[in-house]
Amino acid sequence: MNILIAGAGKVGKTIANELSDEGHDITIIDSNSKVLEEAISKYDVIGVVGNSASKDVLEEANVQNMDIFIAATSADEVNLLSTITAHSLNENIHTIARIRNPEYAKQAYDMRDVFSLSLVVNPEKQTAMEIARLLKYPGFLKRETFAKARVEIVELKVLEDSILNNVKLMHLQNTVNARVLVCAVTRNGESYIPDGNFVLEKGDRIYVTGETQQLHTMLTNIGIITMPVKHAIITGGGKITYYLAEELHRSNIATSIIEYDEELCETLASKLPFATVIRGDVSDRAVLDGEEIDGYDAFVSLTGMDELNIVTSLYAHTNGVPQVVTKLGRGEAPDLIGNMPIGSVVCPKELCTMHIVRYVRAIQNSKGAALTIHRIAEGNVEAIEFEVDKDTKHINEPLKNTKTKDNVLIVSIRHGTKVSIGGGDATYDVGDSVIVVAQKNAAIHTLNDIFEE
Amino acid sequence: MNIKMIARIIGYILFVEVALMLPAFAISIFMHEAAAMKGFIYAIVIALIVGALLCLFAKNAKRDRFYAREGMATTGISWIAMSLVGAVPFYVSKEIPSFIDAFFEIVSGFTTTGSSILLEVESMSKGLLFWRSFSHWIGGMGVLVFLMAIVSLGKKNQGFSLHILRAESPGPSVGKIVPRIKQTAAILYVLYIVLTVVDIAFLLLGGMNLFEACCIAFGTAGTGGFGVKNDSLASYSPYIQTVTTIFMFLFSVNFSIYYMIVLRRFKEVIRDEEFHLFLGMIMVSITLITWNVLPMFSSLKEAVHHVAFTVGTVMSTTGYATVDFDQWPSFAKSILFILMMIGACAGSTGGGMKQVRILLLLKKIRQNIHKSLHPSEVKSILVNGRAMDEGIIDNTTSYLIAYAIIVILSFIIISLDGFDLETNVSAIIATFNNIGPGFAKVGATCNFAAFSPVSKLVMCFDMLAGRLEIFPMLLLLSRSTWKRAR
Repeated sequence: MNILIAGAGKVGKTIANELSDEGHDITIIDSNSKVLEEAISKYDVIGVVGNSASKDVLEEANVQNMDIFIAATSADEVNLLSTITAHSLNENIHTIARIRNPEYAKQAYDMRDVFSLSLVVNPEKQTAMEIARLLKYPGFLKRETFAKARVEIVELKVLEDSILNNVKLMHLQNTVNARVLVCAVTRNGESYIPDGNFVLEKGDRIYVTGETQQLHTMLTNIGIITMPVKHAIITGGGKITYYLAEELHRSNIATSIIEYDEELCETLASKLPFATVIRGDVSDRAVLDGEEIDGYDAFVSLTGMDELNIVTSLYAHTNGVPQVVTKLGRGEAPDLIGNMPIGSVVCPKELCTMHIVRYVRAIQNSKGAALTIHRIAEGNVEAIEFEVDKDTKHINEPLKNTKTKDNVLIVSIRHGTKVSIGGGDATYDVGDSVIVVAQKNAAIHTLNDIFEE
Repeated sequence: MNIKMIARIIGYILFVEVALMLPAFAISIFMHEAAAMKGFIYAIVIALIVGALLCLFAKNAKRDRFYAREGMATTGISWIAMSLVGAVPFYVSKEIPSFIDAFFEIVSGFTTTGSSILLEVESMSKGLLFWRSFSHWIGGMGVLVFLMAIVSLGKKNQGFSLHILRAESPGPSVGKIVPRIKQTAAILYVLYIVLTVVDIAFLLLGGMNLFEACCIAFGTAGTGGFGVKNDSLASYSPYIQTVTTIFMFLFSVNFSIYYMIVLRRFKEVIRDEEFHLFLGMIMVSITLITWNVLPMFSSLKEAVHHVAFTVGTVMSTTGYATVDFDQWPSFAKSILFILMMIGACAGSTGGGMKQVRILLLLKKIRQNIHKSLHPSEVKSILVNGRAMDEGIIDNTTSYLIAYAIIVILSFIIISLDGFDLETNVSAIIATFNNIGPGFAKVGATCNFAAFSPVSKLVMCFDMLAGRLEIFPMLLLLSRSTWKRAR
């Protein structure tokens, strides 16, 4: 498809890269020629310099022949005006806009017909929801959902005293007494897609698939105490904090917020009367100590500075806060940060990118492309969800009779409401959704790609 | 510097060259030219072995670390490697006994210069003549662009091959015309092939035989200038000369203009300022030169015919000739000399400084004059209604300075051979701007055989530097390019 992206910021560039990889033709508009130049020389895309809300620029970018328009500039107003203009020049275009300002977020969604929007993406809100999800069911480092949220992949760390230590994977289900499957393991920076003979060791980060309920059973059985979070402390008072505090309040989790900026503190205090807003500099340990962070059961670092977030999260971890979440704005170098004890890492830009990419895939889905793709194991492994259609090979054949490529694993099959995890006797039928795990370089684009020729 | 990735691309280029040599090889088989066949076999075997070794060496090349400097280095080295292999058939067949001469000849071919060291071409074997002309066609659009049109160089769809497109294609601001580099390269080549085929068809209609029509069309398309007769195009009919005139002009226009025409975006074509400048320059030069040389021809029609051809051959930097313009009065020659340096439009197959650079410089001068009148005036340089980035203007001025320095140094070196000033200056200008013939002893009816080997190598460098717009070649000479090698 022909896709037009406004804004060559981090989100715009990442979307461009993902979609270009998937075979779409990408045009990027940005008013800054230097930024645009950087994107063009890095990815196989074409650029147009200018204001994406201007009719002339959109016409120059050939909006008439585009299938999708993604407005991801830094200004909400420009994004909205851009989508309206793009839609009036081409009424068949799908428009996606990133709207970040909480003051617009609701109206943009409610008035999406007026703004000609097919999808509104709010990265900050999404991040807040993601963090809230992690806090509601603590114990997992990361959670990714598939198959209409019935199946999840969660990330865990095998600790020295864990009963998982030295367990052979074929005995895993008996050990944890739950129907779950380990679909990827990261050990010493290397990622593996393990088979039944793989033995877990301490320090492994494992990626476990299963139904949400089964995953919780497992968590209880391996002794990770999943005490519900009662008190959470958030550093930084930005947009994510605002959304997160609201969401946590809804789940009856008490929230304290530490923010340095006085004006922002006052705004937060007036908008979030249920939260405790503290004015202080989180880079000063005395402030954190004064708040007795070791008394909280969740610590979320959301300041605008990645370095500060990492350091404060490390501090919270050393002080024994059980659940730590770190926001990283840049989201680079997951391999370096992955081994630091900073709890769950969330990256708003990545979430936003994946959301948009998923939407584009859904538009295109007629060709058997993936429904969902999650990058796990520091981005080295992809967990991909497909829907079985009539062109899929090996329908109704037990999996043990088929030959899949090396480093590719069928982890689950959802048939209606029934989910099966692993197992050689499982089969799939048209309409089922199948989740496959593969090394990133395996080039799996449709379900048929997983089988040996 | 990502040496392995560079090596891999050069390996690919050698394979592509082998494929491109096959038509000429087939002709020499068909014509039973034993010496030429032997030459081609040597070249093909060498290219295959070296290419295979390079690919073996580059087996686990990192495909992602590829930046502008790698793009430039790849381009520079590829062209040298291609020329070294391309010279082998001439040398092995003993049709050009000295390797330096053979190298000069093929560099002149690939860079679409058309300067020759051959005193006499008609006795040359057909296979080699074809290879010589075909090298113009390959070099015109660029062999790396061709490679990009057929394979994806990057990991998945990364854009780094844009650095190569930029290094190989002429013009100060090279961009893609569609999002995919592969498609961009393919569109350029399709346009190029279509125009060439149309040219061949018109030449065939004029009664030319297929072999000559192909050779002449290749020379025109690449704006090269190697002919298949000793008197270039002088002995062909006026019809063929007129067809060639028209196509020389067509091939010196930016190819994105043709793509715009295909897309029916005529508005952008009509308001293209470089195109305006190009047309204006053609009209003014033809008028002035015709007025100057009118007494030498029997009729106005004949004068216009030959002047148009000559202006076309010089502006497009082709180098064909229908008359010996070296005999023209010095006013006409001066204008031709200026046109030689300016050359064709950016994004065409022609050489020279490029029209758009002149346009930018004229606008820059106007801006500076304005600045001295209104010191605090803020004025941006607009081309086609769009403000030009300071970087592009910077690049243009540094290009000009590098251009001047290389011309001066080359001029001094070849002066050692003891020829007159006009010969030396025009030899350098003619090779550097990829034109072919100059004036005096390197004029339209003469050749470059008399220069010493050192001078020939200097001119080889000039031809490559001119074709690749200086920086890829200068980069290869810079020590810091190689210092960071891992």
